[in-house]
Amino acid sequence: MLDKILPYLLAGISVGGQYALIAIGYTMVYGILRLINFAHGDIFTVAGFIMVYAAATMPLSVSIPLTIVLTVLLGVLVEKVAYRPLRTAPRMSVMISAIGMSYLLQNSMWYLTGGLAKQYPVLPWISDSVNVAGTTTSRVTIITPFLVIALVAVLVLLIKRTKIGMAMRAASRDFETAQLMGIKINNVISFTFVVGSFLAAVGSMLYFSNYATVTPTVGAMPGLKAFVAAVFGGIGSIPGAVIGGFIIGICESLIKGAGLTTFSDAFTFALLIVILAVKPTGLFGENLTEKV
Amino acid sequence: MLKIDNLKVSYGGIHALRGISMEVPDGKIVTLIGANGAGKSTTLRTITGLVKADSGSIQWNGSELLGRSIDHIISQGIALSPEGRRVFADLTVLENLKIGAYLRRNKAEIEKDLNWVYELFPRLKERSWQLAGTLSGGEQQMLAVGRALMSRPKLMMLDEPSLGLAPLVVQDIFKIIQEINKLGVTVLLIEQNANMALKIADLAYVLETGNITLSGTGAELLTNEKVKEAYLGKRKD
Repeated sequence: MLDKILPYLLAGISVGGQYALIAIGYTMVYGILRLINFAHGDIFTVAGFIMVYAAATMPLSVSIPLTIVLTVLLGVLVEKVAYRPLRTAPRMSVMISAIGMSYLLQNSMWYLTGGLAKQYPVLPWISDSVNVAGTTTSRVTIITPFLVIALVAVLVLLIKRTKIGMAMRAASRDFETAQLMGIKINNVISFTFVVGSFLAAVGSMLYFSNYATVTPTVGAMPGLKAFVAAVFGGIGSIPGAVIGGFIIGICESLIKGAGLTTFSDAFTFALLIVILAVKPTGLFGENLTEKV
Repeated sequence: MLKIDNLKVSYGGIHALRGISMEVPDGKIVTLIGANGAGKSTTLRTITGLVKADSGSIQWNGSELLGRSIDHIISQGIALSPEGRRVFADLTVLENLKIGAYLRRNKAEIEKDLNWVYELFPRLKERSWQLAGTLSGGEQQMLAVGRALMSRPKLMMLDEPSLGLAPLVVQDIFKIIQEINKLGVTVLLIEQNANMALKIADLAYVLETGNITLSGTGAELLTNEKVKEAYLGKRKD
């Protein structure tokens, strides 16, 4: 029994970790801007393409950091051109701008890459096969959850213990008063996009190592599922996004294991509907403690 | 010294300030009184840069503040304790105070001021690890004042510090304001509680629908018949 479930469980934990890394980007941006950054899934895909092209001409020791840096720059740029000019606009306008940005990135990728699936470079060591309790899997599957937990731990420390983290927490509640403290709100928002895009870049390396090819729309589905994970965990909450990511990844994989592959996506989105209907704030949704 | 000259501010065609001029001399307590909607908060918010002015000037020790970024203005030694307290509810009391010193670098000095604020408000020290959202209204007001002090301001602006507080707490807050002023901090105070504000003010202005209609020392305005009638709730016999 266990040896039948184990491979699916491992795969689920792994893909769940990847969802978690993307979900943190959604949840952090939402936390500070109250905006669903629809372009986030596409930034994840662009990171995949950057890696494809970078690794074709450069050694991995250069292409990996380069991919991360370029993805971070892209995330910050998206915020600068598509969201910053709309800072005082109604939220709906910003959301439409986010959808527009998503399509712009997708179509730019079609245009620039020719739309054909590109082979993702094989990352040595993490792509090696390993044997876990009688199951053969790639090392990336095993590493992902640990890497995710380590990154989240660093992120939580950053937010709880550092000055910029304190500024982020303050700004996420009250822009105006945060500014009265001398906090440069735009810097804090840019920093949020730096963190989100960095994690999306790392997530894309782990994800595409398992899936081998990159196409312009391949990021849409994991992006959407990561968004569901963020909502499931309670959007705005980082632990929520992580736990939501793992739960969705594991459930999805176990459903596939049960032979119901066709329904695995349907399950994820049905879960979203149920959560929104039963507990709209998600598992760890923010409850405002404010005395007025 | 803060010198406001012919300041005009409007929100989408509605004139909030119609060209006010006033001065806040160093080391004094200056109060701005007026009814709801007279433009009191707008004045303070424009000084900090949160609201953009249409025209006029705001000079701080001779340099123009209009058009500068909020963080620049704050870094010049101006602090605002905003209306409704606006403490960061899910930060601890200690974090709220530390964030008040966000632009300062000298850790030893910050620590010194933290102890000073704790001396002024011993209640905050007792509750330093509590989330600010769990404090009572009076404690939150103390925190808002303490947070503003942590930037070590030269000019401390307070927007309705007595709002919604019990009379005894209001007295405490006013005592602290005077204490802060004695240490050399200039105070610009907005109040609906005109009686208390005028009693401690060296200089006072009356704001009515965007215009300054009266000014004088606190004592003068306390005995002014128009002020008495309109703001102190006393009838002429």
